[in-house]
This record gives sequence, C-alpha cells and structure tokens, in this order.
Amino acid sequence: MSHSQTRLSLREVDHVARLARLDLEPDERERLALQLGLVLEYVGRLAEVDLEGVEPTIQARTNVFREDQPAPTLSPEVALANAPARQGDYFRIPRILEED
Amino acid sequence: MSAPEAASMAFETVIGLEVHAELATRTKLFCGCPNRYGAPPNSAVCPVCLGLPGVLPVPNRRAVELLILAGRALGCEIAGVSKFDRKNYFYPDMPKNFQTSQYDRPLAEHGALEFEVGSRVHRVRIHRIHLEEDAGKSVHVAEGRQEVAGRLGDSDFTLVDYNRAGVPLLEIVSEPDLRAPDEAAAYLETLRDLLRWLEVSDCKMEEGSLRCDANVSLRPVGSLALGTKVEIKNMNSFRSVSSALAYEVVRQRELLEKGDRVLQETRTWDEERGVTVSMRGKEHAHDYRYFPEPDLAALVVDRQWLDRVDASIPELPAARARRYRQDPGLTPAQASWLTSSRSQADFFEAAGATLEVVTWMANELSRLARESGLEITQGRLLPKALSEVLALVEQGTISNKGGRELLEHLFREGGEPAELVQSLGLAQISGEEALQEEVLAVLREHPQAVEEFRSGKDKALNVLVGQLMKRTRGRANPQVARRLLEQAALQDEEG
Ligand SMILES: [Zn+2]
Repeated sequence: MSHSQTRLSLREVDHVARLARLDLEPDERERLALQLGLVLEYVGRLAEVDLEGVEPTIQARTNVFREDQPAPTLSPEVALANAPARQGDYFRIPRILEED
Repeated sequence: MSAPEAASMAFETVIGLEVHAELATRTKLFCGCPNRYGAPPNSAVCPVCLGLPGVLPVPNRRAVELLILAGRALGCEIAGVSKFDRKNYFYPDMPKNFQTSQYDRPLAEHGALEFEVGSRVHRVRIHRIHLEEDAGKSVHVAEGRQEVAGRLGDSDFTLVDYNRAGVPLLEIVSEPDLRAPDEAAAYLETLRDLLRWLEVSDCKMEEGSLRCDANVSLRPVGSLALGTKVEIKNMNSFRSVSSALAYEVVRQRELLEKGDRVLQETRTWDEERGVTVSMRGKEHAHDYRYFPEPDLAALVVDRQWLDRVDASIPELPAARARRYRQDPGLTPAQASWLTSSRSQADFFEAAGATLEVVTWMANELSRLARESGLEITQGRLLPKALSEVLALVEQGTISNKGGRELLEHLFREGGEPAELVQSLGLAQISGEEALQEEVLAVLREHPQAVEEFRSGKDKALNVLVGQLMKRTRGRANPQVARRLLEQAALQDEEG
C-alpha cells in the first residue's frame, strides 16, 4: 500500500489538531499526516473481521452502580492546592476567548 | 422565494424544546459529592468530579432510576441496553475536557406529554431523554468593575466553582410539535409540574435546576418541510421563554417577508433589551467526537427493574385532575390549579377533598401563603385543622369571618382549632338566651330604627342587626340575631 493512501490529508490533520488545541509546526503536520494514517490503517484491520450476526459489545460489564450515599469531599484547600491561580476559594483562570 | 411572494404568505411557527433538569439525588452522578445548591465554592468536589487523573467514575443508581421514572411517566420506551458516551469539548467549566453524556443509546425514547392551553388539549411528542452530568459554574469578571456573569466579551478573567460539575441532569428533547410561544411555555410548565410531582427534580429556574433551550423555525402554512432553525439560549424564567420565542418568531417572519434568509445559528436572549442576539462563531464546526465511555459499564434495564419503577409511579397530575372533576366536581380550572403541585393536591385530599376545601384553599389560604411568600402547604396549618375549621363554620360554632381569623392564626402559628376558638374568643353566640339580653339592649338604644321597622321599612332591621353585631364584636350568629330582633321588635309592639 502506498503512502498516499495511508496518509491523512493535511486538512484532516489541521482539523484534528484544532480540536485538540495543538499548534503544529509545518514538519509536524507532515509527519503526523503519515503517522496518524498508519495508526488508522492498523486499527482498520479490525474492520476486516467478519461480524455477520454478532451483536455489538458495548461493555464487558453491566450495571455497576453506587448507592446514592454521600462520600467525603476534598476541602477547598486541597482541591485548589495545585491550581495555578485562585481567588478566594475559586479557581481563577485567564479570560476565555470566544472562537471565531 | 421572492419578497412579494413571501409577504403574502402565512407562516407557521415550529418550536422544539430541549429541557435540562437537575435530578433530586443526594449525591452527584459519578461520585459521592453532595448535590447541593448554594454550598461554598469548591466545597463539594472530589478527584472524580475534578477530573483528576486515574479516577474511576461509578454511576449513581438513584439517578438512573429517576430517569426511568420520568421516562415512564412520559410514556417513553426504556432502552433495554444503554450506555454513556464522552462528549469532547474544551471549556473550563468541564475539568475533564469532556462531558459524560449519552449519545446514540439514550435511556428513554418516544414519549409524549399532554397539556391544555385554553381548553384545547395539545400533545407533544418526546424525542428522547438521556442522562448526563452538569458542568461547573463560571463567573466572568471584569477588573475593577462588578462581576458580570455570562458575558465573555468584556471580562478580564474567570472564576470557576466545580460544585455543580457532575450533578446529574436529565435532558428532555421534544419533537418540533409546538406551534406558538404560549404553547411552548405551557409545555414547559406542565413538564416542570410533572417532574416535581414525581420528585425527580425541584425544577427551580431561578436556581438553574431547570433550564430550557429552544429551536425555532418558520415555514409556509401547509409546507411539511422544516424551515431553517435557530437555537435560542439563556431563557432563565418562564416569562423569558414566552418573550424570547415571541420576539424570535417576529424577527424570522420579518426576514422572510422581506425575502431574506434565516441563518442557522445560535442566539442568546438578552433579557434587558428584550431581543435575541447572535452568538457568532459559537456553533460552527462542533465536532464533539462522541465515543463510548470506556470507564463506565453498560446499563441494562430488565423487565423486573421496569416493573419495580412502574409500580412506584404515583397517580399522575392529569389523572388526579380528571378524578377531582368527577368527584367532588371541581371546575377544570380548580382541578388543574390543585394538581399543579403534588403537596397541594395531597393537602386537599387530607383536608377532606370537598368543594369547601378547594374554595378555602384557593381564596383564604392562597392569600395567606402569598402574603408570607410560602406555598399553601408550607404554613403551620395542617390539612386536618382546615377540615376542623370548616366543620366549626358549618356547625355555626364560628362565623365565616371567625373562620378566616382562625385560619390565619393556624397558618402562622399552628395550634388546635377547638382550643383557639376559646382562647381567641371566636365562638359565635347562637344561643337565644345568651343573645336575648343584647337584643333588648339594641331595641332600647335605637327606638327610631325599631319604629321604622314596625311601620314596614324592612331595611331598618339591617341597622338593628348591625348594631347587635357591633355589641357582640361580630360573634352573634347573624341568622339567629335577625330572627330574635324581628320577633322582639314586633312583640314589643303588641305588648
Ligand atoms: Zn465528586
């Protein structure tokens, strides 16, 4: 199989990068186009298995629940211990920019 | 279509609602943090709902059960097998960078809700109900100015409180079956009343435990295809749902009549200015990359579980209203008012479920409740005490006025009606002997009225009755007083 079939398009790479909030350098785009293509191709081999008549498995386990009973919480001190910035007992984060 | 063509055309409004209701569980959906409104910031959080690495969420059985309950009460089919999915997006109110929700296998589908507007019965189909977690709360702050919640544009930084992150939410999506803003508001109210009735959610719009987004479009009357839809957000009260939708319908109609196109977009309701405003850029290229949540087991609802939930469904408000209309014969308005709240309907039944009970609840008790900013059932008056008060009035032990006084005291302070009649001196004087002395005194003091009455002016008797009521501070039984005064006045003449 040739690389041109395996590669993702650069548009696809940019789309995925934007969704993941990643800024890619030009050479990274090229490299990832190939690498991601290879990953997809590898995983795609599963599609070759004949699944005629097989019900999809959502999860191996079913109905794992907890009861509606309160459990200990973290104190605000501990919860905020690793926060880069706080104000009072709030997490303080930089201004949120709307996407355009 | 051309502008003149569109201008002459009649349009039909098409509305669908997406309603979010926070479930009335004690704890969150995937961790044991308390589900409590108004706790100090970041005091109801743990590694799971903060999205710290390596944690394992476990679903709250009660939350699943409440969804099934709501689904069944809305006539939905419950999925035998259902699952959770990750909805991926970056926003600081979601510390995990994804929201655990349900994508292609919601727990409930294909239901319906009936309600009345005027006297017309409407039926709106429910497309689906799924379970998901709520996000945290952000406060956008502009430096040196007051806090401005919800406005990103002019904020300098944001404060986040994760107490609400992970609180269980129902999302109830209707089919686009609503045809007018007031229908949408009535649907929402009926849905709220039902969810409260089932104790699935407390549905307080002002606290955000009930939230509503709408999809609105117009199409030429007779057309089956849907027009371009606009999503409306940020409607924070029932009034704003009606006004936002009414505004949006007019806005779209004017566009279409000019021959313009309606843009598919999300708009936010600006309560102050009374307009919807485009949230540009917000809705483009949403790619949530849903995938099955690998950390959560599938949900399997078998026949037994379903039967158990079905057995726990109380008589629903619509059925209760129908029953009250038959017995004791309430008007439709009375019946629907009573059944707007389960505690109110239960109060009515516990007080004897008679026409008198509903009359006193709707008048006297409603007034008292309004004055104290409470619900009828939140005062100190017990339903049993209400029926005792009504019996005391019925027997003539106290007057109507005395009954109102007694009820007010019971509502504010509580107590035993029979004892209060004594201690408040409300007992009506019905005994003829007890009244006789007062009757003679009135006749002595008002000879002119007596004279007029004897000469045939029946109205003069009213003056005498009034005087007697005054002497007895309203405690005389008016019928008895009237009869005694009449007899005495005429007897005197003969004597
Ligand atoms: Zn938690």
